[in-house]
Amino acid sequence: MRIELLNKYFKMDQLPHIWCPGCGNGIALGAAVEAIDNSTMDKDKICIVSGIGCSSRASGYLNFDSLHTTHGRAIAFATGIKLANPELNVIVITGDGDCTAIGGNHLIHGCRRNIDINVLVFNNNIYGMTGGQYSPTTPRNARTSTSRQGTVERQFDICKLSENAGATYVARGTVFHYKHLIGLIEGAFKNKGFSIVEILTPCPIQFGRRNKTPEPADMMRLLKNSTSFSDDGKTKIGVFRDEKEPEFVSEYIKLLSNEGDISV
Amino acid sequence: MGEMGESKPIAIHRDWCKGCGLCSAFCPRGVLVLNLGKVEIQNSENCIGCGLCERICPDYVIYLGRDIYG
Ligand code: SF4
Ligand code: SF4
Ligand code: SF4
Repeated sequence: MRIELLNKYFKMDQLPHIWCPGCGNGIALGAAVEAIDNSTMDKDKICIVSGIGCSSRASGYLNFDSLHTTHGRAIAFATGIKLANPELNVIVITGDGDCTAIGGNHLIHGCRRNIDINVLVFNNNIYGMTGGQYSPTTPRNARTSTSRQGTVERQFDICKLSENAGATYVARGTVFHYKHLIGLIEGAFKNKGFSIVEILTPCPIQFGRRNKTPEPADMMRLLKNSTSFSDDGKTKIGVFRDEKEPEFVSEYIKLLSNEGDISV
Repeated sequence: MGEMGESKPIAIHRDWCKGCGLCSAFCPRGVLVLNLGKVEIQNSENCIGCGLCERICPDYVIYLGRDIYG
């Protein structure tokens, strides 16, 4: 993290952060801050909303007005904030469990409404903070505290899920591909509609230690080798959708201003 | 914060280092090493200022010096 950005956007008295050695959350948060700095958004009109989990601790480290909400409900809170204050740029920081299990319904209906919020999902394929249980994105056969012999469930593809539910900007990046990731997050900020960036990030402690990759550097190499910019069977990274469609809050405001016409 | 040495292209805030080893594993020039679980700069003259360490450190310990960053 560039020292200028650290001084500008972080609550320095809250650092060092609580994340474990080698946890990718710090890198993902760094990329988000770089993207915020690069964007043309009014920095005094940014609100960060997070749920519960390791990644959701991120909101507490930044010098923005923020809400650290209840488990799975970050998108619901963000929806209320955006409706009450449409001029705010609302950024949700959440994890795979928070966003797609407990908050799964909020996610799909946020996508369906195409409400102008930006969701950054730090996907480490596990519930870290609560003890290493498997999440909806844990790969099949991976060992977790609730699947000691390996997970039998199939995974959600967060990008496909969001795209099909109606999100208008959908992208996936990794903390290894840092500069690429910054660009993806900037793209999310530019879209006026529901934007989601799935950020693949290692959890060496709860995931790695149970799955033969306890070393952060090995998890990073795995991230590098298992992803690709093209369709070659690896996990694809890049932008999957970037389209304009009617946005919920603007449509709602239009409706209110037309009220005189439609009421008889 | 940190020691922003004049001649050193990078500076570290060692207190925050958690010894994860990401910087030492990925630095292309072997400039960063772990000593007793914390990062240390070795042979800083080999540093090419690529900035990889600054980007990959999850704990915001390493900064490219202002002289290079410009
Ligand atoms: S448990 Fe995993 S995700 Fe949570 S802080 Fe530790 S390494 Fe990061
Ligand atoms: S800037 Fe590049 S060469 Fe210099 S210490 Fe960092 S990673 Fe190594
Ligand atoms: S990447 Fe950062 S936290 Fe990890 S060993 Fe290097 S300086 Fe320390």
